[in-house]
Amino acid sequence: MKYFVQENPQSRSFPGGDPFLAGASARNEADVLVITGDAACPQDTKFSAVLVELDLECLGARTGEGDGEEGSNVVGFARYRNGNEPPSSLIELVRQKNTAAGAIEAAKAVLQAAGFSVSVCTDQPGRIIDRLVRPKYNVALRFLDEGLASRADIDLTCQLGLGYPDGPIERVIRGGLGRHYDIAQALFETYGNPGFAPARRSVVAKQRREN
Amino acid sequence: MTKTIQTVGVCGAAGTMGAGIAIVAARAGFRTIAFDKSPEGLSRAAQNTAAFFDKSVQRGKMDTRMRDQILARLSATSEIDALSDCDLVIEAVFEDIGVKKQLLAELDAVCSPETIFASNTSTLSITEIASGSTRPERVVGMHFCLPAQLMKLVEMTPGILTDPGVFATAWNWTEQSGQRPVRTQDKPGFILNALLVPFNNDAIRAVEAGVASADDIDRAIKVALGYKMGPLELIDLIGLDTQIRLCEAFYPTTLDPRASAPPLLRRMVAAGLLGRKSGRGFFEYENSAMFGA
Repeated sequence: MKYFVQENPQSRSFPGGDPFLAGASARNEADVLVITGDAACPQDTKFSAVLVELDLECLGARTGEGDGEEGSNVVGFARYRNGNEPPSSLIELVRQKNTAAGAIEAAKAVLQAAGFSVSVCTDQPGRIIDRLVRPKYNVALRFLDEGLASRADIDLTCQLGLGYPDGPIERVIRGGLGRHYDIAQALFETYGNPGFAPARRSVVAKQRREN
Repeated sequence: MTKTIQTVGVCGAAGTMGAGIAIVAARAGFRTIAFDKSPEGLSRAAQNTAAFFDKSVQRGKMDTRMRDQILARLSATSEIDALSDCDLVIEAVFEDIGVKKQLLAELDAVCSPETIFASNTSTLSITEIASGSTRPERVVGMHFCLPAQLMKLVEMTPGILTDPGVFATAWNWTEQSGQRPVRTQDKPGFILNALLVPFNNDAIRAVEAGVASADDIDRAIKVALGYKMGPLELIDLIGLDTQIRLCEAFYPTTLDPRASAPPLLRRMVAAGLLGRKSGRGFFEYENSAMFGA
């Protein structure tokens, strides 16, 4: 299955030079259209699937929403990336209620053929990863403020006790406390769950205009 | 003054955790007395311990002479009076505040005033456990991870009344045993479970909210974060009923909504879906093979 990439230089998933871009075919040969960055979302039924890149927004913000029966051949995607670190090999695919099954399958086919792991999720803020890790980062940062343990010991506990490759504080700082603030604040505004409320240290980072 | 620890008692030594802690102590060169009220349980634990060290020999980690020396340092008893000579007693009995306080009261009557008591609790307050002893200044938290004989981490926690010198002695013993202690405050779940239990609940709530399947969630977490195990697979391993017990230990103390047991978790336990031990939880298990559910 072939794909065409409509490139945008601001893409977080496929920055310039990414091998996925080099593997693209010509538009008239492609089965799947991949639109990177914050570009308009076309209605184009010539393709089995139209993949639109998402950042913090829901897919509905790009397609529009109505009566809860949304869905077409448009599929959202986001390649997980911790701040500005190199992107991981995980791609979260976002579907709506009536997204065509064939569009999901076509999207998975081209991404898996390119070597990515794919997880499919519904159109909810934070998708899978941010929804799960941001509250944990908030708690770890709060523990640091409250003196539960040192930063090194909190991280080491997770590495030795849970087999994590790195600790939560090290990781959230590496990804940028300002970026953590932006994501957590967006989730907090939508869900209202206090677990998403940005931790004090990320508020400070945001006030200092740090990444 | 720092006390030299030579003899270590382990209470609840028929259990997986207690038996593992006894292995840690004996392997590090301490005379170790494994205590449990169940002689049958102690017998099973002794067989498992011997098998563990046999494997260590097979894998070239030690020779038979060393194995025999370690096993010679390790004795088992169902009589609590046998702990009278212990310099350090580590309890790994059932995670119930009443059971632990009662045990400390019994140890008070048996052990020397110099003996240090350590609790392996993962969820309860060290200060509250220590209130069961007439010598709360000699009680510390010493939370090993499963399996203790393989996992280096030990969360060490002083209670409000713990003597700093006692804590320092216990800390030194942990290091001498080849473990890696980290110091935490006496707060629910210390570091490990305070982060893990709500995180696991969030994963359950994501399934319940229809965000993604258990399989998609676990794959995402493993690939994106490099975790060895996804949260839902881990809950299946821990046991869904155990996850509820953890929630019930944390939520009344913290009132953190993330620590409360998700409704889906309760429904699954009611349906007998307990995880690996029942053959089905968030995944199905058959001959150790795993299938997405």
